[in-house]
Amino acid sequence: MSGYWDPHIERMPARDLHTLQEDRLKSTVRYVYDHSTFYRQRFAEAGVEPGDIKTLEDVVRLPFTRKVDLRNTYPTGMFCLPKDWIVRYHVSSGTTGKPTVVGYTKGDVDMWTESLARAMTSLNLGRDDVVQVGYGYGLFTGGLGLHYGAERIGAAVLPTSTGNTERQIELMQDLGSTAIACTPSYFLHVMEVADRMGISIRDDTSLKVGIFGAEPWSNETRQRIEEGTGIKAYDIYGTSEISGPLFTECSHQNGIHVWADMFLIEIVDPKTGEQVEDGETGELVVTTLNKWALPLIRYRIGDLTVKDSEPCSCGRTHPRIMRILGRTDDMLIIRGINVFPSQVESVLMRIPEVGDHWQITVEREGPLDVMSVAVELTESGFSDKIGDLMSLSKRISKELKGVLNVVAKVELVEPGTIPRSMGKAQRVIDKRKV
Amino acid sequence: MTELKQISLFVENKPGRMAKVSKTLSDAGVNIRALTIAEAGDFGVIRMVVDEPEKGYGMLKQNGFTVSMTDVLAVEMEDSPGGLYKIVDTLGQNNINVDYAYAFVTAKAQKAMLIIRVDEIEAARRVLGEKGIRIANGEEIEKL
Repeated sequence: MSGYWDPHIERMPARDLHTLQEDRLKSTVRYVYDHSTFYRQRFAEAGVEPGDIKTLEDVVRLPFTRKVDLRNTYPTGMFCLPKDWIVRYHVSSGTTGKPTVVGYTKGDVDMWTESLARAMTSLNLGRDDVVQVGYGYGLFTGGLGLHYGAERIGAAVLPTSTGNTERQIELMQDLGSTAIACTPSYFLHVMEVADRMGISIRDDTSLKVGIFGAEPWSNETRQRIEEGTGIKAYDIYGTSEISGPLFTECSHQNGIHVWADMFLIEIVDPKTGEQVEDGETGELVVTTLNKWALPLIRYRIGDLTVKDSEPCSCGRTHPRIMRILGRTDDMLIIRGINVFPSQVESVLMRIPEVGDHWQITVEREGPLDVMSVAVELTESGFSDKIGDLMSLSKRISKELKGVLNVVAKVELVEPGTIPRSMGKAQRVIDKRKV
Repeated sequence: MTELKQISLFVENKPGRMAKVSKTLSDAGVNIRALTIAEAGDFGVIRMVVDEPEKGYGMLKQNGFTVSMTDVLAVEMEDSPGGLYKIVDTLGQNNINVDYAYAFVTAKAQKAMLIIRVDEIEAARRVLGEKGIRIANGEEIEKL
C-alpha cells in the first residue's frame, strides 16, 4: 500500500509544477512587498520590484534573507500580518544567539500539517498506525508539527514528548506504537534503555518506522538503527523558520521530498551565492510559496545539501534533497580544515567496537587546535589485552584522519559516560570560544 | 576440573573508578584473591581472580561496567628463588607465549600462585604437568 496523500499534486508533471511555482512566486513577491516594510526596503536596496519577477528564473534577482534578519527584527518585525491573524507562535531555542519567533495563520498551520500528511503517507503510515511523538512539545516545532501531521492521516498519536525513557518504552509496548518520531540520538538512547530493561524492540514491540531528524545524522547511524531494531529509519527535515519539520524521505529512502507547490528551493554556492547544478553540494535556499504570516524570500538556512530534480522511483515528481551534511554554523575549523560532526559520525558508526554515543572536544594548545573524540567501547570491542585496545584507538584515529584529513586524538571511555540527550545531542564541545 | 576464570574490566583512568569496582564486589560479598592493573594513559584494564567469578562478573555487568571473563591458569610456584624461572622457562622452551602474568601469596597455601594467560592453554597445562608443576583449578582458588 504505497498510496499518495494528494496524488494530483504529488505526481504533477514537472512542467505544470513549474507553472504553479512561477504563479505562486509572483504572488508571494507582490504580497511581501505590499505587507512588509522590511521587504520593501530590501527590494529597494537590491533595485528590484515585484513587476521584475516574470519567470521562475528571475528569483535570482531577489535579495537573500538570513537568520540574522529575523534576530534583528525580533520579535515580529518580519511578519506580514497583524496579530489578529496569528493562531500560533513558536520560538527557536536561541542557543547560538537571540531567539527567533515564528508565527502562523490558520492556513499556515494547515499547509505545514498537509506537508507532513503527504510525508507520513509516503512512509506507508495511515489510520492503522500509532505514532509516538517523542519530540519536545512546546516552543520547539517538532512535537506539535508531527502531532498535527499524524492526526491528519488518521493515525493515533501518542504524545510522549521527550524524556522518561522507560515509560516511553512501556507505552510503546502497551499501546502498540508502530512509528516513533524523535531525534536519532534520542532513539539510540531508547535502544540502549530497552536493552537494559530486557526488551527487544524487534521482538517485543510493534515498532516498524522511525522518523528521525532535528539534528544531522549519517547513513551509518541509519544502518545501526535498522539492523539493531528491524525498523525502517527515515530522515525528516525542516527548520522552525520555514514552519518546522516538513519533509521526509519516502519509503524508497532516496532523498527528502520537498513539496514544490509550497516551497521553492535553490542550492547556491555558500561563498558566491550563485546557483549550483543538481548533484553539486551547496547551501539550501528556501522561498515560501504558500505561507502568509511569515513568508520568506530566498532564506539561507545554512544547511549544506545536494538537490536532485529527477522524479523519484516512487512516482513523486517534486525535487529531493539529499541527507544534510551539516549546517554551516556547525562546521568546525580545525587547523584551517573544515570538519563536519556528521563526517565524524559516519566514520565512527562503521566501526563495530565503537558504541552509539560519541563527543568531540576541541581545545587550543598553544597556537594549535587539538581535536579529541571520545567514544564508548562496546562489550564486543573490549579485549583485556592493553595492546588490542591501543591498536583499536589507533585504528579509529587513522580512519578519522582518512576522511577528515585532521588528526584526532581518540579517547576510549566506559559505556554510559557520554551524556545522553533527550532532544538534540551535544556532539561538540568547543573550548576555543569562551 | 573447571578452568580458572579471570574477570577483566575496562576502566577510565579517573579518580573513584577503582573504588566503584571494589564497592560493587564488596556489596556482593565477592572476595578478591589477586588483582593487577594495566594502565595505558587515559584508560586501564583491571584483571582479577575472585572467589566467585560468575557472581562477580554478573554484578559488575549489572552495574554498567565493561567486563569480560577469560580463562587463565593458576600455576603453583615455589616461594623461593628460581620458582618463576622454572615455569616461564618451560613455557618458553615449548614456544608458548605468555600474554601477561601476575602472582599472589596466601597465608593458607604453602606456595605462591602465578596467574598466567597464554595463547595455548591446553599445551601449557600439558608441558607444565610433564615438569611436575601443579596447576590449581577454580574450586581450589575459591576455597583458598
